[in-house]
Amino acid sequence: MDRCVTAVLGLAALGSAALIGLTEGAAAYTVYVSNEKANTVSVIDTDTMAVTATWKVGRRPRGITVRPDGKEVFVCASDDDRIDVLDAATGKVVRSLRSGPDPEQFILDASGNPLYVANEDDSQVTVIDIEKNRVLAEVPVGVEPEGMGLSPDGKVLVNTSETTNMAHFIDTKTFQVIDNVLVDARPRFAEFTTDGKFLWVSAEVGGTVSVIDVASRRVVKKITFKIPSVNDEAIQPVGVRITKDGSKAFVALGPANRVAVIDARTYEVQKYLPVGQRVWQLAFTPDQKLLFSTNGTSNDVSVIDVAAEKVVKSIPVGLLPWGVAVSPQ
Amino acid sequence: MLLPAGRMPAPARSFILALALTGAAAPPAGAQAAQQAPAAQQAPAAQQDSAAPPAAPTPSETRIGLIYRVQPQPSSYDAEAAPEDEGVAGARMGIADNNTTGRFTKQSYALDEAPLTEGGPGAVETARALVAKGTPYIVLALPADEVLAVADALKDTDAVIFNAAAPDDRLRGADCRKNLFHVVPSRAMQTDALAQYLTLMRWRKLFLIVGPNEADRLYAEALKNSARKFGLKISAEKPWTFGPLAKARGDTPTRAEAMVFTRGLDYDMAIVADEAGDWGDYVPYRTVDPRPVGGTQGLVATTWSPVLETWGAAQAQNRFRRLAGRLMRPLDYQVWTSVRIVGNAATVRKTTDPAALAPFLIDPDFNVPAYKGVSLSFRPWDRQLRQPLIVVQPKMLVSVAPEQGFLHQRTPLDTLGIDLPETACKLK
Repeated sequence: MDRCVTAVLGLAALGSAALIGLTEGAAAYTVYVSNEKANTVSVIDTDTMAVTATWKVGRRPRGITVRPDGKEVFVCASDDDRIDVLDAATGKVVRSLRSGPDPEQFILDASGNPLYVANEDDSQVTVIDIEKNRVLAEVPVGVEPEGMGLSPDGKVLVNTSETTNMAHFIDTKTFQVIDNVLVDARPRFAEFTTDGKFLWVSAEVGGTVSVIDVASRRVVKKITFKIPSVNDEAIQPVGVRITKDGSKAFVALGPANRVAVIDARTYEVQKYLPVGQRVWQLAFTPDQKLLFSTNGTSNDVSVIDVAAEKVVKSIPVGLLPWGVAVSPQ
Repeated sequence: MLLPAGRMPAPARSFILALALTGAAAPPAGAQAAQQAPAAQQAPAAQQDSAAPPAAPTPSETRIGLIYRVQPQPSSYDAEAAPEDEGVAGARMGIADNNTTGRFTKQSYALDEAPLTEGGPGAVETARALVAKGTPYIVLALPADEVLAVADALKDTDAVIFNAAAPDDRLRGADCRKNLFHVVPSRAMQTDALAQYLTLMRWRKLFLIVGPNEADRLYAEALKNSARKFGLKISAEKPWTFGPLAKARGDTPTRAEAMVFTRGLDYDMAIVADEAGDWGDYVPYRTVDPRPVGGTQGLVATTWSPVLETWGAAQAQNRFRRLAGRLMRPLDYQVWTSVRIVGNAATVRKTTDPAALAPFLIDPDFNVPAYKGVSLSFRPWDRQLRQPLIVVQPKMLVSVAPEQGFLHQRTPLDTLGIDLPETACKLK
C-alpha cells in the first residue's frame, strides 16, 4: 500500500501529465457546481476538466444534487423559495418543486425519492415526494437548519441547525425528531460513515468536527485542526466527505483555504491540501478517485486526487461557487 | 464599480477593493451611524405606559427584560430616524430564536419589554420591579449613568445585566461591575478597529473634528488613544461649532463658513466625533481638500449594518426583516446577541439559573456565534464581549477588524479595546 501511494504521488508530481494518466481509463463524469451569486450552474466534464456549459437557474442557488439515474439535477433556488429541476441533457429547468421557504441544502433518498430539504429561514425540514411534487411532512428543527445527512439504510435523517448548534435526528418513517445532539458553534454539514455507525458533523465557528456514535448518539470524538501560519479563527470546517471504505475523510476548512485529510479510523489529521479561497462543499466522483471542492472567494473549483492526496487542477467557474454534485454515471 | 481583480490573489484583491471604495466615496447619510449615543437621544416619549407586568410566568419559563427609552419621533420627514422599536425588535427575534432551540431543550423564554417614559418609573425602579417579579436577565439600552445605577441597585440579587448600548470605556474600567456584561463594543474597540484599518491603508495623518457633546469628547479621546497605539498622527484638531447641519439637512449659507475651516490642513483622512449624528454626515464631499471621512459617520467601525451578509448574516437580516418589517440596526443586533447569550449558555449548561450561568459567561468554554465568522466570548477582566467589528460605509462592507497581521498572544480579537495589562477595572 505504501509503495502504491508513493508511486501515485510521484506520478501526480508530474502535474497535468499525471492528471491525464490518472483519469485515463476512468469513467467520465459530469460535475455540477452551483454559483450562489451568478444564479447559474457550471457543468464540468471530468475527461477534459473544463466547463462545458453554464446553465441559468433561480436566484441564490446553493444545495445541488443529481438523481440516481443521472437524468435530472436538483438545485435549491433559495431566494425563489423553490427547487429547480434541470434536465441533465439540455440544462433546461423542466419543473420546480415546492420546497418551502429558503431551501438551502437537501439530500435525496438513495432510491431517488423523497427529497429532504432544510429550509434555512424557516426552522424546518421539508420532506418532498418529487414524483408527485407533494409535501409529505414539515419537521420543526432548530434555528437556521442547514446540513442534511441520511443514514445508509435511509431510516435516519440528520439535520444540523446553525444557530441552535444541534444535530437533530429524525425518523424518516414517522418524521418525528427522535434526538438532538449538541455540537459546537454553527454546524454546517452532516455525513454518515458507510457502515452507518458514525456521523460526522462540522462546526464552522467552533472550528471542530464532532464524530457522533449513531447508536448511543454521543459525541465520541472532537477533531480539531491546527495549521501553521493560519489563524485558528480562519479554520472553519464546512463540507465533510468520507470514503466508502471508511479509511479517509476530507474536511473543507473555509477561509483557511485548505482541505484537511483525516485518517477516518484514528481521527488523526494527516495533511492539509491547499485549495482555492473559502472552500465550503466537497463531492467525490462515484469511483472516488477525484474530489471536487467549491472555493467561493476565488470563484473556482479545486480537483483533488484522492489516492495521491494532492490538488491536481483548479477550474474557474461562476461567481461564488457554493455546492457541488457529481453525476452517478 | 469596475474591479479588474478577477485573477488576483485574495489579499491584493481585497486591498484594491477597499481602496477603491473608500477612496472613491465617503458615503452619504450613514444608516448605522447614529446608534452609539443613547445619551444624546434621550427625550420624553409618551407612546406607551411603562412596563405593564405580563401574566404570571410559568415555572419553566425564563424571562428576559429589556429596559429602553423610546426614541422621539422626528417633527417632520427624516429618512434616517431611529425606528420606535429599535432594539426591541432585536430582543423579539432573540427570544424567538431561543424558543426555537428551547423546543429541544425544554426551555422556554419570554420577553418583558419595559420602555421608560417621561413621568414614569426610572430605570432603577423598573429594573427592581422586573427582578422582583422573576425576571433575572436584564438587557439595558440606556446611557452609561443609568446602566451603572441599575447594576448597583441589583448587586445583591442574582440578576445578570447586559449593556447593549453604552460604549463608555469607564463602564469597562474604573466603573466596572461584576453583574454587568457589555455586549456593545467600547469606544476604545470602535476606534481601535478604525485605526487598524487606517494603519493598513497607511492613512496616518488624521484631522479630528470634535462635536460639542460629552460623548463626542469621549470618542475623540478614544480615537487619540488608538492613534497612539497604532502609530497614527492627529495632525489637526478642531471643534465643530456650526450646529446640527446634518440634522437640519438644509444647504444653508453657513455651508461655506463651515467648510472653510478645513482649509490649509495637512491630513489623509478627516475623523468626525459626532455620536448624536447631528453634523457628521454633513462633512463628506464638503472638505476643501478631497479627503475621505470616517469616525462616527462616513466610514464607521460598528457591530452591524444592513449590508452585512457574510457568515450567515444574510439569514439574520432576512429573519429580522420578516419579523420587524425594517432593516436590522446595530442596537437590534446588540440586544439580539444579549438575548442569545442567555439562550446559548442555558443550552450548554442545561439550566437557566442566573447563579449558574453568570460565572459560566466568563468561563473559557463559553462562546456565542453571532454572524461574525468566529465565536464571541467575554473578557473575564472587564466583562466586555470580544468581537470582530465591521468597518463599513453605508453601502458596503469595507473591512473587518481585527485586520490581518494584528496579533495577540490570546486571540487577535484582544487587539481591539483595553487589554488586561491596561485595565482599570478591579472586580470584587
